[in-house]
Amino acid sequence: MPLVRFLLDAVRAMFRGGRAYWMWLGALALIIAIGLVAYAVQLRDGLVVTGMSDQVSWGFYIANFAFLVGIAAAAVLLVIPAYVFHRKDVKAVVLLGEALAVAAVITAMLFVTVDIGRPDRLWHMLPGIGIFNFPTSMLAWDVVVLSGYLLLNLALLLYVHYSHYRDREPNLALYFPVVVVAMFWAISIHTVTAFLFSANSARPFWNVALLAPRFIATAFVAGPALIILVLQVVRSTTRYPVSPSVIDMLALIMTVALQISLFFVGAELFTDFYNESTHAASMRYLYFGLDGLNALQPFIWTALALNIAAVVILTLNPLRRRMALLNAACVMAFIGIWLEKGMGLVVPGFVPTPLGEVFEYSPTALELAVSAGIWAIGALVFTLLAKASIAVELGDVRYREPRGTTAGLGAEIPARASRVS
Amino acid sequence: MSEPAAPTPSESGIDHYRRRFLKRLGEVGAAGCATGMAGPAQGAWGGSTFQDALGSFFQQQYQRMTPEEIDAALRRIERRAKRERGVEITCEDTRPIPGVVFGYALNISKCKGYRDCVHACVKENNLGRDSQVQYIRVLEMEQGTANLERSEHYYDPATVPVAGKYYLPVQCMQCDNPPCVKACPVKATWKEPDGIVVVDYNWCIGCRYCMTACPYWARHFNWTEPKIPPEELNRNTNYLGNRPRPKGVVEKCHFCTQRTRKGRQPACMEACPTGARIFGNLLDPDSEIRYVLANKKVFRLKEELGTEPKFWYFTD
Repeated sequence: MPLVRFLLDAVRAMFRGGRAYWMWLGALALIIAIGLVAYAVQLRDGLVVTGMSDQVSWGFYIANFAFLVGIAAAAVLLVIPAYVFHRKDVKAVVLLGEALAVAAVITAMLFVTVDIGRPDRLWHMLPGIGIFNFPTSMLAWDVVVLSGYLLLNLALLLYVHYSHYRDREPNLALYFPVVVVAMFWAISIHTVTAFLFSANSARPFWNVALLAPRFIATAFVAGPALIILVLQVVRSTTRYPVSPSVIDMLALIMTVALQISLFFVGAELFTDFYNESTHAASMRYLYFGLDGLNALQPFIWTALALNIAAVVILTLNPLRRRMALLNAACVMAFIGIWLEKGMGLVVPGFVPTPLGEVFEYSPTALELAVSAGIWAIGALVFTLLAKASIAVELGDVRYREPRGTTAGLGAEIPARASRVS
Repeated sequence: MSEPAAPTPSESGIDHYRRRFLKRLGEVGAAGCATGMAGPAQGAWGGSTFQDALGSFFQQQYQRMTPEEIDAALRRIERRAKRERGVEITCEDTRPIPGVVFGYALNISKCKGYRDCVHACVKENNLGRDSQVQYIRVLEMEQGTANLERSEHYYDPATVPVAGKYYLPVQCMQCDNPPCVKACPVKATWKEPDGIVVVDYNWCIGCRYCMTACPYWARHFNWTEPKIPPEELNRNTNYLGNRPRPKGVVEKCHFCTQRTRKGRQPACMEACPTGARIFGNLLDPDSEIRYVLANKKVFRLKEELGTEPKFWYFTD
């Protein structure tokens, strides 16, 4: 079975590496272990171990979820140039982008799972034996689009890599339709996630039509920022060729997206504050505090400062061209968007409560430990997928007809023609 | 109103298959229990026997259960209360009364902010004492404004009412167009034929999306196992109402289904010393609530959201 051999060879490639690679895997495993212990405590005692309350009933977990769906969607920024505009340089790294999407979707789904009070009852969602409130519930929509996106990307990754493993060109007629679906699907996952929030007329802070466009714009900032940084790590730690033109393209997209998303922020601030109504209370709480309570103020002003600094670097050509400054802008924008779209979006929706109570939330250490564990799982999934992908694409792992004693040594054969150059 | 919301099992193919599948799983579990786990396993399985734990794990959503399955579920709840709390409770499946849709009206000129309704509700509905969940929140409002953001939730003066303040009790409005029901991804909450929005605590997955959707902050989550002193436990319980709840699920005011569906008043109304609360059948033209709606200047909270609350406020 070549497919089984492919999977075995891929797994073998995932766990072959130097000292630094193993230290990285070990560090991730350690963080995951700590996260698991923290989650076990949460399962035993209930969600009371988090900082959440009836007042602020979603917190850090859902904040990370919203952010990560954006990262997953941003893979489309490699898919479109690679497959629609036939950019060879982008096509060379598009599989890494898809691997990142897979890792991000899995991470996002894990964040929802740990937020659920009764994970033992998740089967209640399965159509047939359970009840799936589709299409009425936006949460049901989110489950559909996220699992669909995961499957689409996994299928693409599997098919293209398997073809390369067998030294064949993947059949474009077969997978291009999937690519097209995946493109629209990428936009849909983040739109639906935005609708999950904006659907709530009980929460004026989210109940705005601008939320979905804002989600897409910020996703196209944080996503490329992460991809730019990851591609540089790949370039410096492997023989995998990453063309500078890809990074230039992503930096340009990120620049425009950040300009647009800052414009959106301004538009919301104007609308809320020019004639300040009670609907602006959450916004006031976020930026200035309410009743002397202002836990989110540092988050949002830090986010704003980071995003403005990043947009200055990105907008000025001479600055953006300098790799060190570009990297600084990527880090700043990634953290800035994470703060703005995570804590800065989810928590103020609950403050004040629909009955006007101002009650603050901040994550507990346990909540942070669980979250760190989930992020580490995401990093681990991406690392392993990328490792296998690079091994296949460089030709380090190739299918060999099983012939007596050489059987099973496929992975050991030295590199042949590399897929990428 | 025709028949009460009987869980008429749809005899579709899938449904039939599902039931057989689950039944078989139950049998396998029961067999395993008989051989390996003779006698109740105290402490393990969340304070249940293995068989009961398995039974409630595979329990279907209320509306999809057959009468026999509902009966088995009720007995499990009673056994669990006995085993965990040492209290004999009765748990019934109290059905809605045909031809009845409940509504509530509250006279804010009479409310003095005593919170007797709050405390009666806590006792009647077996709310967790340590978690301090309360279905009713009485807001102390400033005279001259109806802005909820200027209300005081935790007022605690030596005596009420305080001059310059008025009191606005808020609880589940039993919306006719409930956003929480739309939000639920597994249909663990729904509107009953008598207009009451209920939760199947055995079906809720605890995602709390309904809490996000509710404009009245009427839904509460069991962040931990709700604790009630055994002697304070109200032993007359029903499935969709005041039975003891597990941790990790959402609960809310259900207009005391265990009382009102048997013709009694909700506990909050019975407890109110000022007669501010009027509860009744909206379909009965001679009911007191219909008189209030026809003759008083009533208003509803956040009517602009289109949720059609069945809870009105009025003044003398």
